[in-house]
Amino acid sequence: MVNGILDSLWLVPALPLLGVVLNGAIALFAERPLLLKQAGLPLAGGHGSHDVAHGASSASGGHGHGDTTGGHHETPFYRKLVALIAPGVIGAAFVVALLCVLSLAARPAEGRTFVQILFPWIQAGSFLAPVGFQLDPLSAVMALVVTGVGFLIHVYSVGYMSHEPAFARYFVYLNLFMFAMLTLVLANNYLLMFVGWEGVGLCSYLLIGFWYEKQSAADAGKKAFIVNRIGDFGFILAVFLIFWTFGTVSYTEVFAKVPLLSHSGVLTTGLATAITLLLFLGATGKSAQIPLYIWLPDAMEGPTPVSALIHAATMVTAGVYMVARSSALFLLAPDTMMVVAVIGAATAIFSATIGICQTDIKRVLAYSTVSQLGYMFLACGVGAFTAGIFHLMTHAFFKALLFLGSGSVIHALSGEQDMRKMGGLRKYIPITYFTMFVATLAIAGIPGLSGFFSKDEILWQSFSSSHGSPVLWVIAAAAAGITAFYMFRLVFLTFYGESRMDPEVEKHVHESPWTMTLPLSILAVLSVIGGWVGIPAVLGGSNLFEHWLAPVFQPVAAAGAHAAAAGAHGAEGAAHHPAALEIGLMALSVGIALCGIGLAYFLYRVRTGKPEEIAKRWPTLYDVVFHKYYIDEIYEWAVVQRIVSGSVWLWEMFDALFVDGLVNGIADIVRAAGDRVRRLQGGVVGGYAFSLLAGAVFLLGYILYWSVVQ
Amino acid sequence: MVEPSAYLLLSAILFGIGVVGVVARKNVLIILMSVELMLNGVNVAFVSAGSYLGDATGGVFAFMVMTVAAAEAAVGLALLIALYRLKETIDITELRILKW
Repeated sequence: MVNGILDSLWLVPALPLLGVVLNGAIALFAERPLLLKQAGLPLAGGHGSHDVAHGASSASGGHGHGDTTGGHHETPFYRKLVALIAPGVIGAAFVVALLCVLSLAARPAEGRTFVQILFPWIQAGSFLAPVGFQLDPLSAVMALVVTGVGFLIHVYSVGYMSHEPAFARYFVYLNLFMFAMLTLVLANNYLLMFVGWEGVGLCSYLLIGFWYEKQSAADAGKKAFIVNRIGDFGFILAVFLIFWTFGTVSYTEVFAKVPLLSHSGVLTTGLATAITLLLFLGATGKSAQIPLYIWLPDAMEGPTPVSALIHAATMVTAGVYMVARSSALFLLAPDTMMVVAVIGAATAIFSATIGICQTDIKRVLAYSTVSQLGYMFLACGVGAFTAGIFHLMTHAFFKALLFLGSGSVIHALSGEQDMRKMGGLRKYIPITYFTMFVATLAIAGIPGLSGFFSKDEILWQSFSSSHGSPVLWVIAAAAAGITAFYMFRLVFLTFYGESRMDPEVEKHVHESPWTMTLPLSILAVLSVIGGWVGIPAVLGGSNLFEHWLAPVFQPVAAAGAHAAAAGAHGAEGAAHHPAALEIGLMALSVGIALCGIGLAYFLYRVRTGKPEEIAKRWPTLYDVVFHKYYIDEIYEWAVVQRIVSGSVWLWEMFDALFVDGLVNGIADIVRAAGDRVRRLQGGVVGGYAFSLLAGAVFLLGYILYWSVVQ
Repeated sequence: MVEPSAYLLLSAILFGIGVVGVVARKNVLIILMSVELMLNGVNVAFVSAGSYLGDATGGVFAFMVMTVAAAEAAVGLALLIALYRLKETIDITELRILKW
């Protein structure tokens, strides 16, 4: 084949799907019967064998029980198989993706878009949505991050979930998630992207509610699913509008038509604004932005590797990817860009402040994720899509590491998540401590680490870009300072100081197995060096990352310049800023981050009683922040209650009264009429004979009468 | 020569008696007999009309009706016996199963 390894691109999503099938079979035929047997339940859905199986299990109950307890010491064979298959397919997908990307990189920059159409999927009139995959610099970054980080988290999960009875079910969901996520990022059209979009939403629901016996986990899963529906509704409407405008949903065709249609006046600014706002509504749902961010903190009910994979590194960044993918459309709608930037900045600072007061280690990280996603949207909103994707990548490294590290802490403490009951863990779990410390430095933006380069790129662009403003910079820099503060608060509370653990828990503290510490170490290395591909020119770097993504965003930027030329700012405005200003702002933001770290050190290491004093001095403020600004309660009152009472009204007035009344009314009329008519057929033969006679007499009389009259 | 209207009057009286018998009596056997009476009333009308008009068709129809009446009587009595074996009654007011 002419395209060489690129023709195997379809394998990247197909391999996880293979894992789903294999692990699914194991979960269904090996694990489920075993779990049902342990729970003393009969095998449901059996045909004739139902009674037999039930009888057998109850008869040999004692024997079977002895068997399973004996089997606890030795890992059952099927679990070993799952532990091999699940990370294996993802690793293979990563290798294929890497080879594909290398082959793509060998091409000249303008030829780096490879589309592989597998088969037509939906065909109706002029509408065609194929199942096809597109590899270009943007989807290449996403595919590598998803498969790479995904593989590490799969390996980690083998260790983390080793005590979990539903081991195979977990990996089925995880592999299914990888399949959906890769479909999302590799799709060559909006409709297939939507399939992946819904697929990851489904897997997110399944994995948040993985421990569904727990009420809060089941509720959190539902909350995530329902909140995401609001966003998905915006996304699908946007896809309809795109098809209505462009007559196609495939990326290459849509973006090729953008300049043409905007010149000819078909694609007005209003239309572009409508499309992009709806797309962004979808992004706020999936990527947990104001006003739809509320599901993400609750999603921490799921297993910790899930939080790392889905709710930090990959799925929640899908919104950023989608906005970056549609950059050509967004640049035509300056109003939407402003909305994106403002929402991003507001989310960044808003959720960062909530993170200050949280005591659950995973919830701190959850609010941190929301905040960092806000940064990415801020970058997209000011037109710095490259910076947004860059931060997406580095964030995937250090936030996955932070979550996995917190998972390792929780694992070591036998499930304890409250930071008030930790402390002094540094000497018990040194590898976890060290790797998490690296990630914390990275997220705080300490120069040299990955987070510094990406975050500073965003800060600089939000200041200097033609869409940016100093106000956005101030907000983002303040959020960066708060981020540094709460992250170091987390580290100090968890790893430093006196131990506040329960004595019972303290006895069992242990460092995690190699399957968990190895991914931590690899991610720690990536958190350090991951940013080196995007060192800005002002620091003597070559910003490889920007050059790599340039073919995707360059034509877009040209179109954006055209659109912006009408505005007050020229696109070249960015070039007028001197390098000294850039360096100065960089130093300032590092200074702010250091202040945050210093404050955390002062409050949680030097004067450990101080935080409580502060909370006591401003009890109202503390209360409001501790309760997450009562947003959940406000939504409950303003939205949920309204919908519930509205639904009750509709149920009682429309459904019960109107619809049921109509149907039952017609039935009543027919029944009453039947009741009358029924009496004609009394079953008395004489009666029938008499009616026969009467009819005959009447007819005869009628005919005779008329013949006489005429 | 008797007036043709007298024959027709006889025919009408026979038919009327038959009708009243069918409608008013309870015994199925009597009803069947009343049906025969109605048929015979019609026969009288056929024969007298044929004779009056000098046309053989009336007589032919009368034979036709007799044949049908014979067949009907046979079938009717057979049904009646079957019914009696089943219900042990031939009172028409007791036989009320012919309803929805």
